[in-house]
Amino acid sequence: MVSGTFKSLLVLAFSLIIIFFSNTSFAQEKGAPAGKEAPSAFDAERDLLSHVKDAYEFHFFETGKIKAVLPLPVIVYSPGKGLSFFSSAKLEEGKEYDGYRIADNKIVAVDPSVKVYDFSLTRNVVQMFLALILLVWLFVSVGQKYARNGYKVAPSGAQGLLEPIIIFIRDEVGVPNLGKNTDKYMPYLLTVFFFILLNVLFALLPGSANVVGNIAFTGSLALIAFLVILFSSKGGYWKHMLWPPGVPFLVKVILIPIEIVSNLIVKPGALMIRLFANMIAGHIVILALIALIFIFGEMSSTVGWIFSPVSIAFSVFIYLIELLVAFIQSFIFTTLTAVFISQALEDSHGHDEHAPAVI
Amino acid sequence: MLHLLLDLGTAKGGGAIGAGLAAIGAGIGIGLIGKGAVESIARQPEAVGDIRTNMLLTAALIEGVALFAVIAGLLAVVAK
Repeated sequence: MVSGTFKSLLVLAFSLIIIFFSNTSFAQEKGAPAGKEAPSAFDAERDLLSHVKDAYEFHFFETGKIKAVLPLPVIVYSPGKGLSFFSSAKLEEGKEYDGYRIADNKIVAVDPSVKVYDFSLTRNVVQMFLALILLVWLFVSVGQKYARNGYKVAPSGAQGLLEPIIIFIRDEVGVPNLGKNTDKYMPYLLTVFFFILLNVLFALLPGSANVVGNIAFTGSLALIAFLVILFSSKGGYWKHMLWPPGVPFLVKVILIPIEIVSNLIVKPGALMIRLFANMIAGHIVILALIALIFIFGEMSSTVGWIFSPVSIAFSVFIYLIELLVAFIQSFIFTTLTAVFISQALEDSHGHDEHAPAVI
Repeated sequence: MLHLLLDLGTAKGGGAIGAGLAAIGAGIGIGLIGKGAVESIARQPEAVGDIRTNMLLTAALIEGVALFAVIAGLLAVVAK
């Protein structure tokens, strides 16, 4: 008789051969009817994603008859035709106007060889401008109040709202990380914090645009943070990165590429992806919970109605968590930027008697 | 069998499972942070502010890593 292990090996080999050379057949469902599907079918993925992407109009709601939509101006430039400026209402539902049409959420020319430069005021842009205007007005008016009254008059009005937050950023984010350089970087840290916060808070209102859940937005913020870190880096930073002190040479060989990639690519990249993923995940969860109502409604109208209170309760709960996450994520972005700036500001004095280098 | 492995549905399923595993990792990591934070507050209640700040910071760093994995899963799900 063959031995036990050889038998097991034979069993294993034959099982693998049988599995890999077998044929699987799937039962076919009824073929989909040719032609357009019913326009009232609820395509969860398309409708959900259209709420988190950019668009050329503010879409508030849409019942059977009323379509509450605010079309935004389209500003496009193409080399042959020059600058065109018109309302995006002319391009809705795939219509063409002035040689342009909307394909896959972008403006393309009807003639595919024409290059189109799109400077439109999409809803992300408009919401960013609104946040910007609110930010500038709020802070300039509070600043002027301080300039007028000084610190001898008790704060009132918007000062009462902003002063605790500004002092929090200065004392918890700025001073522990930046020490005596805090005042130089406070304007930048405050701007980043409040801009992200205002944009996220606006995005929680119904009908608004999802600005912070846009990788271009967080990418630009991370790029600017990276530039601030680069411009405030001192010699000690580059020296520590490219020639870490206090480690043997072979460890240096491994450590130097890791440090370079980590400091120049991974840290700003992580800033970008952290903010983007948190925001878009929150929005998609809320939208998915509400889309569940419609998905159940497709199956049967009664189930849709019964499920609505459950879904709405969950959505409210997740909304409150979204609010908390908004504050936390803008605080985290600001804090991490401050930490990276402080790492860049370290000088090479007094670091030569180190224990093994801290990455 | 190879057919099943190379199917598009498998890619989407793999993406979803990966995102779920990332959630497990994040849950364990942030749970450990919470445990450490609550215990230190119990030992020294006057340091609540500092501990809370550090707890939130570390939790956000861990969540960042978990969300990398979620993004990778999402990319696998929307692949064509």
